[in-house]
Amino acid sequence: MPEGTERAEERKATSSVWDNLLRISMREAGVAIALVIIVLFFSATAPYFATPENFLKIFVQIAINTVLAAGMTFVILTGGIDLSVGSVLALCTVVGATIMVNEDMSPWLSIPLAFVACTATGAICGAINGWVCEKWKVPSFIVTLGMLNVASGLARVVSDNSTITGLPQSFVDFGNEIYFGVFPSIFLIAILVILIGWFVLRFTVFGRFVFAIGTNEEAVRLSGHNPRVFKIAVFTISGLTAGIAAMVYLLRLNVGSPIAGIGYELNAIAAVIIGGTSLSGGKGSIVGTLVGACILQVLSTGLQLLGAEDNVKPIVIGTVIVLAVVLDTYRNRLLRILETK
Amino acid sequence: MTVDHSDAPSAGGPILKFQGVGKRFPGVIALNDVSFEIGRGEGHVLLGENGAGKSTLINLLGGVFQPDSGSIWFDGAPYKPASPLEAFAKGIRVVHQELNLLSNLTVAENLLFEQLPSRRGLVNFREMNRRAAELLAEVGLDIAPSTLVSRLGVAQMQLIEIAKALAHESKLLVLDEPTATLTNREVDRLFEILHRLKGRGVTTLYISHRLQEIYEVGDSVTVLRDGQHVTTRPLKGLGIPDIVRLMVGRTVEDQGVFRDDIHPTGEALAVSGLKLTADCAPIDFAVAKGEIVGIAGLVGSGRTEAVRAIFGADPKAAGSIRVNGKAVEISSPKEAVAAGICLMTEDRKQQGLLLEMSCAENITVTDLKRLSRHGLLDRGAENAAATDLVASLRVKTPTIFQKVGTFSGGNQQKIVIAKWLYRGSEALICDEPTRGIDVGAKAEIYELLGRLAADGKGILVVSSDLPELMAICHRILVFSGGRIAGEVTRAEFDQNRILSLAYEEYGRARGN
Repeated sequence: MPEGTERAEERKATSSVWDNLLRISMREAGVAIALVIIVLFFSATAPYFATPENFLKIFVQIAINTVLAAGMTFVILTGGIDLSVGSVLALCTVVGATIMVNEDMSPWLSIPLAFVACTATGAICGAINGWVCEKWKVPSFIVTLGMLNVASGLARVVSDNSTITGLPQSFVDFGNEIYFGVFPSIFLIAILVILIGWFVLRFTVFGRFVFAIGTNEEAVRLSGHNPRVFKIAVFTISGLTAGIAAMVYLLRLNVGSPIAGIGYELNAIAAVIIGGTSLSGGKGSIVGTLVGACILQVLSTGLQLLGAEDNVKPIVIGTVIVLAVVLDTYRNRLLRILETK
Repeated sequence: MTVDHSDAPSAGGPILKFQGVGKRFPGVIALNDVSFEIGRGEGHVLLGENGAGKSTLINLLGGVFQPDSGSIWFDGAPYKPASPLEAFAKGIRVVHQELNLLSNLTVAENLLFEQLPSRRGLVNFREMNRRAAELLAEVGLDIAPSTLVSRLGVAQMQLIEIAKALAHESKLLVLDEPTATLTNREVDRLFEILHRLKGRGVTTLYISHRLQEIYEVGDSVTVLRDGQHVTTRPLKGLGIPDIVRLMVGRTVEDQGVFRDDIHPTGEALAVSGLKLTADCAPIDFAVAKGEIVGIAGLVGSGRTEAVRAIFGADPKAAGSIRVNGKAVEISSPKEAVAAGICLMTEDRKQQGLLLEMSCAENITVTDLKRLSRHGLLDRGAENAAATDLVASLRVKTPTIFQKVGTFSGGNQQKIVIAKWLYRGSEALICDEPTRGIDVGAKAEIYELLGRLAADGKGILVVSSDLPELMAICHRILVFSGGRIAGEVTRAEFDQNRILSLAYEEYGRARGN
């Protein structure tokens, strides 16, 4: 988890190289190591798992969740939660698709316009979430639960309860593009979002405030700042990434649908939590979130290739989510023991 | 100094015995080979600076931690509690310095939480409230048992903690800094209770930074320093200077704290017509540049409420504020800070610091704009600024990247001061700046406040520790019942006079 890695490097080396290696791997790379182990396991046991085609498939499948989870990381780092991202995504897909299927416009105009409309719609939904939370001091759980329903209803209204097909061919083609053999375009978009998120959290004043507010909001307020502004901003970011995720959805599935995105918010939260971000805020990293999203998808694909029934998959994945958090507490305990040395 | 055990209580052998007890934590040896005994039924005082190992020792007794080496004997048997519950069952009751109350439950529920009076699984509210009322009367708290704990002040909560310990009979009562938030009247009441308990044969282990009061409760004293046992001896014949010398291994000069070389001029902060609610008396006062003004008063006299309102942390009903002679509109801490006012809150951990974040991050959080261009942080500049402040305030930390949650109280307080020095505030309001920190660190904080005054800052210090205020202030404002009952200048400083002003409103309320 790079936000922490640098800090660890700044610390004085106090014990042996081996101890330090162990410590860093425990603290920063725990989730990544788990991912590697899972990948190795399936590579050894599941037929066709370790093939370029399969990795390509996994990359395609994690793109949407990764983008959603990136924005979710900001919200959870401040101690909030955003349950509305799935249906905001649905709303954005119908908004974006409606613009792009308009044949009076050239794709060169309609595609950028759709992108702007998608992200703006998402950002507005997010800003409303944040504003309501802060204005009336309502828990974000409740406000975003409300937005989940409102956005879903709006999506039906905008789309007149139907799926929207017939996106421009150039758009569809870009969605199918593959770079360097295994990297689909939409995966690279997701990576770009993660990189931007990482940069913002790591190097900007805004990022510092995200962590500070998650650590102790009252202390931030009494240090002469207005935490509300930042909290509204993180919800806006989460809405914005839901808008970007909607574009990724359109690139991948080529339809705008009011029933898209059902349950996506839970996958996004799961990725953030597995990635090591604390639900109570203040601790975590967005790169961890990327790894968390990978773990979820690798498990799903791997189990499928092993011939596991569809009904078994959610049981395993659910267990892994809880296990990840349980292991995290053990990891912290072990870290403390290591630091005692 | 000769060790004299002749008048140590000895009925039935020691009740508690430490034998070579050791305990390590990340980066520190909290206790190292500590051995001493506590006599049955005695009032034993445990002293030491912050980081001396007192809290660790208590946590071993309370079953929060287990020792790494050595053994503890309680009541003639080996004592190895695996949990606070087990310690409690064996008859050791610990009142921790941090308050552990359930704030959304009532006072009565908190007091009797371990054993709620019940009938067939249903809580017997009448019985619960009756017993709670008895306990409240015992500690002298005049509040209804059905009050929610979240509505109480810190001092009242502290008394609730003590009352909770009284709810069950125990053989050893451990009190960690019980008086840190109490006013003299409440402290007197606490001592009465302790004397009563002593009469019943209860042994007490008492920890306090207020050395004047230990003579009231203690028969003997144990001093720890840097995790080592320094001495255990009768308190009789031991003066405060001796004790301080034992604690710090050097003498701390109480004299000369006051900077008589500073001549306050002009006006740093002026408050006029401040009203917290529409129908309360207005508060007016001013602090000059270079002046240290104290605010004394009982807890609940409106001291903290007033300074929080000045800072914009809580809303006010009326009042205007001037900083450096300029009228400023303040309705939030953000505006107060922009105007040059800062508030070092009473509660460092909950309101002052980002415990999970680094020393540097805590210092610069008051002004990140200065460190940034186009929203990007300049970490080099941040580290340089933090390193300078850490050095000039003599914060003890291996690096500026250490989490402040691992710091001792004194060092945490220095970080709180550092963050406001970094912001360059003109008027500094310090609410209980030395609460719960040790003698050595206290002296350093006083010296620091003097330095800031010499730099022309206006300083307002709220404190329950009257000798402290009398040592460092030019003037003391005495709050009573939400208003300023009087003002005493340095030449007229007199404990009795200040106390009688502080009790003024209270006496009147009782008279009616």
